[in-house]
Amino acid sequence: MRGRPNLYTSYEADGAIFPTATQKVTFWLGVAGMVALPFLGLSRVWLILLATTFVAAIGAIGLNLVTGYAGQISLGHAFFLGVGCYTGAALSGDPGGSVIGMGLDMLIWLPAAGLVAALAGVIVAPVALRLKGLYLALVTLGLVFLGEHIFRNWESLTGGGGVGRKPPVLSLLGWRFDQPGAIAGIEVSKEQQIYLLTFILLLILGFAAKNLARSKVGRAFAAIRDRDIAADVMGVNLTWYKVVAFAVSSFYAGVAGSLYFATTGFVEPASFNLLLSILFIAMVVIGGASSIAGSIMGAAFVTLLPQIIDSTSDFLPLIGDGSAGVLSPAQFERILFGLLIVIFLIFEPLGLYGIWIRVRNYWKAWPFSY
Amino acid sequence: MTQFLQATVAGLSLASIYALLALGFVLIYKSTQVLSFAHPALMVFGAYFVSYFAVTIGLDFWLSLALAMALTALLGAVIERLALRPMVGKPLFSMAILTIGLDIAIRVVVNDLIGLNLRGVGDPWGFSTVKLGDVVIETRVIAMFITAVVVTVALLLFFRYSKVGLAMRATAADQEVALAQGISVHRIFALAWIFGGALAALAGMFTSTGPAGLSPTSWIVALKALPAIVVGGLDSVHGAVVGALIIGLAEGYTSTYQATAMPWLGSNFSQVVPYLVMLIVLLAKPYGLFGTEEVERV
Repeated sequence: MRGRPNLYTSYEADGAIFPTATQKVTFWLGVAGMVALPFLGLSRVWLILLATTFVAAIGAIGLNLVTGYAGQISLGHAFFLGVGCYTGAALSGDPGGSVIGMGLDMLIWLPAAGLVAALAGVIVAPVALRLKGLYLALVTLGLVFLGEHIFRNWESLTGGGGVGRKPPVLSLLGWRFDQPGAIAGIEVSKEQQIYLLTFILLLILGFAAKNLARSKVGRAFAAIRDRDIAADVMGVNLTWYKVVAFAVSSFYAGVAGSLYFATTGFVEPASFNLLLSILFIAMVVIGGASSIAGSIMGAAFVTLLPQIIDSTSDFLPLIGDGSAGVLSPAQFERILFGLLIVIFLIFEPLGLYGIWIRVRNYWKAWPFSY
Repeated sequence: MTQFLQATVAGLSLASIYALLALGFVLIYKSTQVLSFAHPALMVFGAYFVSYFAVTIGLDFWLSLALAMALTALLGAVIERLALRPMVGKPLFSMAILTIGLDIAIRVVVNDLIGLNLRGVGDPWGFSTVKLGDVVIETRVIAMFITAVVVTVALLLFFRYSKVGLAMRATAADQEVALAQGISVHRIFALAWIFGGALAALAGMFTSTGPAGLSPTSWIVALKALPAIVVGGLDSVHGAVVGALIIGLAEGYTSTYQATAMPWLGSNFSQVVPYLVMLIVLLAKPYGLFGTEEVERV
């Protein structure tokens, strides 16, 4: 359909990931650009920050699948992140250490982290069968507190509150991502490797989620979100799809959780608190509910915001540490973070993705954009 | 036996605070369908201003309390007008998340004001105690309990007999029908937040009495009132009180007995008991003990 990009003649074309060849080319050029980025002299701080963004995006996609697509409100994402993180850490950790460790390879612990978290999701899902809306949100809120309590007291696994343990070891078939090395003769630093690893994982999991969302399963999710009784009447098996939604979402959370602290060197039970859940909710809200691209944008926005504020705080009035300002950059970031959730919910419920669509449509018809 | 009674008193004191907070939650949820996650912020906001007026400026305690309650009520009204009014008709979840955003923003400011040191609120009860047999009861606990009972009875009577209370119930049942009867739904929304804010300030003041004081971590108490309203049912006034009693007593008994009876549950287990009780109750009764079951149309 050359020259008529909006004419769809089949369901396959309508549901395609890239509706036009131009979009496909632009996307893969963008990917190539992202792969080349770490070799263009980006500083270590920014590389790590971007790697964290990619991991956060994986987690946000997971939350978006259950909350945005399937409409099952979960404030318990931090719990599943924690389950994934500790599964990965226990399987990969040093066998002789003070905490549980089995010294296994990433080929085993990364899928296992996802699967164990998914299992936790399957266990929680029956609650979602009986509860709806705000009641479900409050139960998953409770889950975060119960999870934090378990993590803090299970000292042989987590090291205990305030002590913590090492996050999973990034070692794939003997190759260490967390040590400088050489790929095909090119020297690569630890940060560059972690960046590439997380980017490739995001690419794979992002496509998987996109494909899930446009399949039968994704349509069932949307039907449940829009009206669960109607979906039931139409023959959507509520039990099965709610379990699937929680399992897949938790799988993503588990994978993200096991990598989220990979760069920090240690992970503490208190990390998996309510604020972490809210952080991921914010990514979904700010990025745009039921959109994979939106989740990635939201994750980037929420993760990069503190760094941007930090580096611009010298130019902002009243913001600075100590006597330099009324609010410290960290406080300003928190306030802005809270207000952004409010502002996006009121003015742009579709999130950054909605803004992007509007901007795109404006230029599409330019200069006849009315 | 003494230990048991002492645990009961501890549980009742928690229950009183949870009840005051839970009543605010229910009031707001019942008339506006918003689950307010902003209550932790409202609570510490109120407590801070009691402390500011009574300790920093040195006003009379009761006057300070009244001023702080008025200010918190005003903040509640502002939140309703600026943030929640544009959201009328939007999904319930969006509104709940929105209040989380507000809570984060407000709490940063209040925590900055509170500072790093523990603050007192200049209450008249101090550390004085009353002895009933072998049981030692702090005077502030008695004050808390009486206040909670009075507020509960007053609210029940208010909903049952006053014209505004009737309007609130009508709005809760159906906003459009209420409008058609000449009820100003907007005013009801504002009133709910004003009452909710004032109650939060009252609860905040009580939380900050005694050895606990007002600190940047005081807000966590308000989150534990959420299980109380869920146990009772989100939209039930007497349910909120029953829920607060169940949660408060459960927490009181666990904090007394768990360390010796079941140490394997870990330290500070009593802090998560409210959430555990909530989970168990909801699995048995998905709309809480007294909540209205939703009738759904497709």
